[in-house]
Amino acid sequence: MNIWLNFLIDSLAFGATFMYGSTGEILTEKAGHLNLGIPGIMCMGGAGGCLMLNLIGTSSLPPFLIVILGILSSVLAAMLMGLIYSFLTVTLRANQNVTGLALTTFGVGLMKVIMSKLSPTVYLVTPKAYYRWPFAGRQDSLQCLGVLFFLGVAIAAVSSIVLYRTKVGLHLRAVGENPATADAVGINVTRYKYAATCIGSGIAGLGGFYYIIDYMASQEAYLSLEAFGWLSIALVIFALWRPARTIIGSTIFGFLFSCSSFITNLSFIQVTMAMKPLLKMLPYVFTIIVLIISSVRNKRENQPPQSLGLPYFRENR
Amino acid sequence: MEKQLALSMRGITKRFGSVTANSRIDLDIYRGEILSILGENGCGKTTLMNMIAGIYFPDEGTITIDGKEAVIRSPKDAFEHGIGMIHQHFKLVDLFTAAENIVLGVREEGRYNLKDVNTRVSAIADKYGFHIDPGKKIYDMSVSEKQTVEIIKVLYRGADILILDEPTAVLTPQEIDRLFNVLRVMRADGKSIVIITHKLNEVLEVSDRVAILRRGEHIATVNTKDTSEAELTEMMVGQKVNLNIQRSEPVCPQPRLVVRGLNVYDKEGTHILKDISFTAMGGEILGIAGIAGSGQRELLESITGLQHVQSGEIIFHNPKKNQPVTFFHKSLARVTELAEDHAFHDPEGNPVSFRGMKKTDIIRAVLEGRILFNEDEIMNLRDKDPLEIRQLGIHLSFVPEDRLGMGLVGSMGITDNMMLRSYRKGHYGLLDRKKPKDLAEEIIQNLKIVTPGTSYPVRRLSGGNVQKVLVGREIAYTPKVLMAAYPVRGLDIHSSYTIYNLLNKQKESGVAVLYVGEDLDVLLALCDRIMVINAGEITGIVDARTARKEEIGLMMTRSNRARKEGA
Repeated sequence: MNIWLNFLIDSLAFGATFMYGSTGEILTEKAGHLNLGIPGIMCMGGAGGCLMLNLIGTSSLPPFLIVILGILSSVLAAMLMGLIYSFLTVTLRANQNVTGLALTTFGVGLMKVIMSKLSPTVYLVTPKAYYRWPFAGRQDSLQCLGVLFFLGVAIAAVSSIVLYRTKVGLHLRAVGENPATADAVGINVTRYKYAATCIGSGIAGLGGFYYIIDYMASQEAYLSLEAFGWLSIALVIFALWRPARTIIGSTIFGFLFSCSSFITNLSFIQVTMAMKPLLKMLPYVFTIIVLIISSVRNKRENQPPQSLGLPYFRENR
Repeated sequence: MEKQLALSMRGITKRFGSVTANSRIDLDIYRGEILSILGENGCGKTTLMNMIAGIYFPDEGTITIDGKEAVIRSPKDAFEHGIGMIHQHFKLVDLFTAAENIVLGVREEGRYNLKDVNTRVSAIADKYGFHIDPGKKIYDMSVSEKQTVEIIKVLYRGADILILDEPTAVLTPQEIDRLFNVLRVMRADGKSIVIITHKLNEVLEVSDRVAILRRGEHIATVNTKDTSEAELTEMMVGQKVNLNIQRSEPVCPQPRLVVRGLNVYDKEGTHILKDISFTAMGGEILGIAGIAGSGQRELLESITGLQHVQSGEIIFHNPKKNQPVTFFHKSLARVTELAEDHAFHDPEGNPVSFRGMKKTDIIRAVLEGRILFNEDEIMNLRDKDPLEIRQLGIHLSFVPEDRLGMGLVGSMGITDNMMLRSYRKGHYGLLDRKKPKDLAEEIIQNLKIVTPGTSYPVRRLSGGNVQKVLVGREIAYTPKVLMAAYPVRGLDIHSSYTIYNLLNKQKESGVAVLYVGEDLDVLLALCDRIMVINAGEITGIVDARTARKEEIGLMMTRSNRARKEGA
């Protein structure tokens, strides 16, 4: 296959990790909560899914059931983290940044403990073929475009429609923009915040699961997962809080992040080892450029939700 | 015609901590009437209405709607009972269109379709005589348009009881007339309308009945046609208040602040201040009248150095008293000439005349520093930053329009907020906390601020009390020019008069006071001259002792109208 096409597909597949993460984070941020626990939540999503696969990976269950149970378990584990976050920041009105960072530290650590106890031959080797359907067994980069990849695109698209074309989305955006207003018109602010954070966390968790089981499909994959959690949060800004844009944004991010190895493959440009980390900065550089452009244009629609990061308490005047 | 009871409250009590906001209130609201809730600030008007609207829940008492006892625990419950409240601070999502804001939170059958919403919104607007563009974003709207959105929002939910909290506070006279007409149409339609206000003339103009609250208690409910302004004021404040503001004649006013050809543009390049020129005198109050947002804020900010000025001059005459005369800057001939005009005085303050004195005696007296004179040091404030302006000894005390946004730090106590002005004073790098604390206590006492203590967060105080803290602090630092923007906004009559007296005292001590106000009656009674600003231009400076209200009102709106006709 053409090296360029190959590389595009690889970028798509790689980007799906951030696509999950940032779609989840966008939903949370649209409810006014800056969830810096996303890296930890993605890790826990990965660990939760692998834990289930470790139990049923080599069982005689039909493959599609194994796929679904893995996904459910991953979502559940991530949602649990989201629930902790919501309880702390919505109900107890704890500081969102501190809570998020604590969750990340906790999630990353716990995942490493769990993953080190699992057996890769059980949770990885057999199930990965199920997840890579319909391209399982191929030797090119197409093999990574499996069930979870298409699910991710679908989730990003559906999130976009829900946010901008339905009443629920209107209410959710109102909660994130101005919770006092939402409250005054009878929207249950607490419920929306909980729901958005938990669903968002569940989606983000799938990103971690996808990365471990499908994209990398190696037993060391989980060690590098945290970094992609942070990249997901950067992608939220890159996509200017629009889930639909994360689909393209994640591909660009995937491209930028892996272009160091791509350039090496091209062989007509010399890339020294020292340059690689510099090239890996590219996604962040592009995020900053997008931030600069969007603040110069200063369009109200491209700004973060107005009450992002602020706790809401009805009787607080 | 027998009036139909819509809602009645019996024995409603609400406490916040140790403060009782409402105490055993009984009140009836009828269909097809406009009821005014009248009272001073902090008397519990808004709290009472918030309990019907579901923001607060009463500690005691019952609410009956259409003969059935109702429990209103949330705004949603209130909507289900047909109650809608339009808050003083609009509760709108800036980023959404009018229609999106209106439909927010409404449970409806069928698919969510903005086009349907738009047509229904337009239908409501036509029925009651509103003008609205359902697709317009809130951040592009004027205050009056936002209020219209709020009212339609409530009507869209099918509310029969509309509560409006201080609806006219931010509107121009024409917009108020339009609002009142809409309210009358709604009354004819059988709606119950409750207006929370402290403006007596509006109460008399629009309402059928008036309920008067005082310190959380219901004093009386009277029919508007049977009452008078004097009677209402008496019930409201509990005692006769002297409505006349004591205005003294300015004592030999000297130019203190001279603004010449000031031009300011905002970030988008809009011309906000157009060729502003005026002189503020020491020892007089210069009123600035105008519709909100005509450039008053930018003008004051330009003078304080907060706003970048494109062109023009801001000259400050810094009064310097008892300067010894020297021959370095005044020749002997000039000195003797000036002495004829009594420009000089001796150290005791007696005027000095050189008539009949020998030249040598004059020279000796000057050299010995016995001949003094007063002269203003003249400096340009333009493009100096606020700190420089203060360090030069130019005290521009500024009471910003947005009291919590620019004047005070909400989560700090009164003492700490006092220190925002004095944090440079102290010893060996440590702050002096004693003086600000004394000052805080003094202000609390003098201005009767209700607060649990000097370290209680300012944010938690009521609006009126916050304002008093701010004004009190600004006046405490003996300014030479005092600029006050809306210092009595949201204050009750007593506190307003405290502020007026403070401003008058400043004026008598020779301070040039700039007072930006919205109430023309107050401007006419308090100020010596009134400058009218309209869309960034000065349309006139009048003598407040002889000017008529209509005259000023016209100047505030004239060029707006001319522009509309031209367009």
